[in-house]
Amino acid sequence: MSHDHGNGVSDPEVRTRALESLLYEKGLLSPAAVDALIGVFERDLGPLNGARVVARAWVDPEYKGRLLENATAAIAELGFGGLEAQHLVAVENTPEVHNVVVCTLCSCYPWPVLGLPPRWYKDPAYRSRIVIEPRQVLSEFGLELDEDVEVCVWDSSAEIRYLVLPERPVGTEAMSEDELAQLVTRDSMIGVTNVSAAVAA
Amino acid sequence: MHGFGPITCEENEPVFHAEWEKRAFANTNLSLAQGKLGSLDSYRHAIERMGNLNYLSTSYYEHWFAAAEMRLIENDVITEKELRTRIEAVRTDPTSFALPPAEGPDELSELVAGMVKFGGVSLRQIDAEPRLAVGESVVTTRRSPKGYTRLPRYARGSRGRIVRHHGAHVFPDTSAHDLGECPEHLYTVRFEASELWGETAEGRSTVNLDLWESYLAPVGEEDA
Repeated sequence: MSHDHGNGVSDPEVRTRALESLLYEKGLLSPAAVDALIGVFERDLGPLNGARVVARAWVDPEYKGRLLENATAAIAELGFGGLEAQHLVAVENTPEVHNVVVCTLCSCYPWPVLGLPPRWYKDPAYRSRIVIEPRQVLSEFGLELDEDVEVCVWDSSAEIRYLVLPERPVGTEAMSEDELAQLVTRDSMIGVTNVSAAVAA
Repeated sequence: MHGFGPITCEENEPVFHAEWEKRAFANTNLSLAQGKLGSLDSYRHAIERMGNLNYLSTSYYEHWFAAAEMRLIENDVITEKELRTRIEAVRTDPTSFALPPAEGPDELSELVAGMVKFGGVSLRQIDAEPRLAVGESVVTTRRSPKGYTRLPRYARGSRGRIVRHHGAHVFPDTSAHDLGECPEHLYTVRFEASELWGETAEGRSTVNLDLWESYLAPVGEEDA
């Protein structure tokens, strides 16, 4: 929302600048800390991390077993973890079950493996609709599920975070782990889409 | 709840949509990491205390700075007068009060690294044994507290089955009100769509919620 006061500066810009300057004067914020924090989320954390976890699970059945048993420990093996994934659970898609993740109460999301959430994940439309009409919502994302597939919605109401382990697409048997990781999208790890082999560059 | 319209996706969405969003994200996380907002639950509760109409008509990061302002004032880190005065000063001269350029790493940037790596652990050790077991059928409470809770309204008074036990976790209903962590056993409870939505349920689906022990009772022992 923009609430311009005629000088080209919106209300959120003004209030954020005001608060930032007060925190700086009180020694609670430094320019280096602001840059460091923003850098982590703009550069280091994002769905490429989750894609590496998924690709590893696809090529290494023992790793997949550990991921489904204790995802927090399994992502740590690849150097991932921390704030907003201290208690991670991976849920596996199969021909019988399709998983999808939401936070109806706020916008909880596994930052270390997916980065910060997209806007639609935080908007009331997704948060209210996915629990009551998941098939309709998934079809709007282009995913049509057979009637006999069970949809399993995970509403992150506590500090447990969820990562969907999508099904490995058919026709990818010859691909390397790195090539597979390039197929895995953010949306497939939230569970609103499947992974398609056709995305391959 | 129906009526929020279609889901709108953005192609190649950036991590942040404006410079102020980055700053709001940083202000809040740095204040949280130094304990200046109180518990994470008290901060989330502050977002809910914006008021429902205000919450729904403002964007995600506007929630963040509104709640941060509220908690910093409540915790006597800043005063309301000081904040109002500063907002007016910045509004009058938007180039004023800019941060100086960043120099090398400092104590606060080190704190960022620690927060990102170690922050957000809610698991606690408690002596009490779990009263519920995986596989057990349970009913959620119908209580509708005026304060903070993490049992969504759509799943109150509903029957489900425990599918996972997560150990004991900080209890948001007390933590949000500065009444202590009071950790309780936490379980994933699976609800059939037909239990939550009756005849309007879409088809074969379940909703899984992570719920604290005091939200739950074994079937037959539910609250009156």
